Amino acid sequence: MYIIEKSLKLSENVYEIWVNAPHVTRNAKAGQFVIIRTDEKGERIPLTISCISGDLVRIIFMAVGKTTHALAAIPAGGSISDIAGPLGTPSEIKQYGTCVLVGGGVGIASTPVIAKALKEAGNRVIGILGARNANFLILEDEMAEICDELLIATDDGSKGHHGFAADLLKKKIDEEQVNAVWIIGPTIMMKVTSNATRDKGIKTFVSLNPIMVDGTGMCGSCRCVVGGKTKFACVDGPEFDAHEVDFDNLMQRQRYYMEHEKEALSTWQEHQCTCGRHE
Amino acid sequence: MGDRSVSDRLKDFEEVDMGLSQEEAIEEASRCLQCKKPGCVDGCPVNIDIPAFIALIANGDFIGAASSIREQNLLPAICGRVCPQETQCEELCILGKKETPIRIGQLERFAADQERNKGLTVPARKPKTGKRVAVIGSGPAGIVAAGELAKDGHDVVLFESLHTPGGVLTYGIPSFRLPKDVVKAEIDLILAMGVDLKLNHLVGRTVSPDELEGFDAVLLGTGAGLPYFMGIPGENLSGVYSANEFLTRVNLMHAERFPEYDTPIARLSRVVVVGGGNVAMDAARTARRMGAKVTLVYRRREEDLPARAAEVHHAKEEGVEIFTCANPVKILGEQSVTGIECIRMKMCQLDNGGRPVPEPVEGDTFTLDCDIVILAIGQGPNPVLVSQIKGVEKGRAGNVVTGEDGRTSHPKIFAAGDVTTGAATVILAMGGAKQAARSITAMFGN
Repeated sequence: MYIIEKSLKLSENVYEIWVNAPHVTRNAKAGQFVIIRTDEKGERIPLTISCISGDLVRIIFMAVGKTTHALAAIPAGGSISDIAGPLGTPSEIKQYGTCVLVGGGVGIASTPVIAKALKEAGNRVIGILGARNANFLILEDEMAEICDELLIATDDGSKGHHGFAADLLKKKIDEEQVNAVWIIGPTIMMKVTSNATRDKGIKTFVSLNPIMVDGTGMCGSCRCVVGGKTKFACVDGPEFDAHEVDFDNLMQRQRYYMEHEKEALSTWQEHQCTCGRHE
Repeated sequence: MGDRSVSDRLKDFEEVDMGLSQEEAIEEASRCLQCKKPGCVDGCPVNIDIPAFIALIANGDFIGAASSIREQNLLPAICGRVCPQETQCEELCILGKKETPIRIGQLERFAADQERNKGLTVPARKPKTGKRVAVIGSGPAGIVAAGELAKDGHDVVLFESLHTPGGVLTYGIPSFRLPKDVVKAEIDLILAMGVDLKLNHLVGRTVSPDELEGFDAVLLGTGAGLPYFMGIPGENLSGVYSANEFLTRVNLMHAERFPEYDTPIARLSRVVVVGGGNVAMDAARTARRMGAKVTLVYRRREEDLPARAAEVHHAKEEGVEIFTCANPVKILGEQSVTGIECIRMKMCQLDNGGRPVPEPVEGDTFTLDCDIVILAIGQGPNPVLVSQIKGVEKGRAGNVVTGEDGRTSHPKIFAAGDVTTGAATVILAMGGAKQAARSITAMFGN
């Protein structure tokens, strides 16, 4: 059992939890993830490590299905049955020069650890955060503190640039020399946004989020096509060269259990007590 | 007591073979000739004193028989069920020359089951040596090594990346062949010897290779869990599973009981399983229990199937259609699988193992309609840890090279099981693990 020391709501359906897991924190590096299981009948789901503080791992997630809703409903002091990690190959941190980190929606959760590591490696770090509207922006203050420059885009113009993070990225690479880019967010956003750097040949990483089971390389559920080759995102990734990823195949594989996911969520919601924790 | 009827067993995941009754066990044990130079013992990879335990069963001392087996084998209820006895102990039984060999596996299982029902007692440990050993992986090799090392008085830390110990015993072999309460009882007994089990620890990530230096010895029992894919078009369509993924979803995560359990699995109607080993049979029979029509495609002839004869027989009884001399060339579909295109194979000269080398018959293809493809064409050693450890010689397939004593080219690192041999059997992993544990104790000088 692993204790959830803190649990708070960041915005509509977006939650932050801090799990006590010294075995994970001891060796965790930027770009890695954990697999958690809430209880004995639970599934294993991958979630990015958003911050490490002492023995605590911060995880930020959006409640979209049964497991994430159930996780959000666990109060501080409650526990989950399993957290395995850190998993995955860490981000390629080195001195690039100027790096841009683009976070989209809940994908912003992964950006502070990478930004911090890049900063410590001597890079100039520019953050670009994109969200549907101002209410969905997370970690803005934290990123502002780490980054040399922080830009904001919202789809509805309620804060910062009215439009997409991709617009800001394009503008940035026109204005100054950019040496490496990270794009982390919904798959469609990573696909579209990475086109901005393609022609310029700027090294661009995306963090892929395929369906995983074990997260240790033993099943191939998370396989992705990168540069025409089959790779396991859980051990070879999750970060890959954006310009080599077959995003369409990834999106098609991500949709496979959509009906099951709806069924699991509605079954769970029907069986929930009316204790008032969930909305 | 024999096998449950096909109609009953297809309704659930309960054990097919009900084992022997007390009367049947005594009768079978009484057939043993008690050879002075028993061939059966030589055929057993851990050299159980087979005539001795069979004599105890014949005399009605079932618990005594179980203790006798335990001197050589810490997991008798598991081995009695999953060992390929027909190519090991039973193959060398003298009675097999004229009539049927003694059913040694059934008798081993019987004794172990009787003992478990009475309640298992924790084996004694030697005095503490103060030596610390890290055992990596809690499959058959790791669990046996941990038990042997604990018995020798060392402090053992057993690292497991999943949330349940057992390796392939837990996620791979289905409960209709190996009930999970049997696995749990035997593993719990080994843990009760003072082994410190650390779940959710992927060594190579959670624990760095440098941290392993803090142990007096390290034993790699990480298995061969990396599934091979064929590299044919359509392999990354939705609906294509590795057998590892399919079996893990069902055996470890209980996807067959979705949505009571959270892990989903495709709704199976027509399934094609590719391969001919035990893993392929397990996947095919699991899919049958989930209501699918199942066709198994194997590239050689029926007599070349590497699966145990009993499993092939069970699979056929349960309605698995076996298509031999055929190999997939393409998986069809737009988003998810709609069929599989296969080419017929002809058998040419024999390979080193005496099996024919299959070659495709140009242009002779056919298509099977299906919505799920399960690939069971083999596994290799998982490279996450093995690739990171320095000073350990690796073979061509990424396996760890060891001597017969389980030593690697690194003085403090030993290895056993599938990580050294590639995918093999539970009992071979256990035999190697015992040997490696002995070498570690010998290295410590006790």
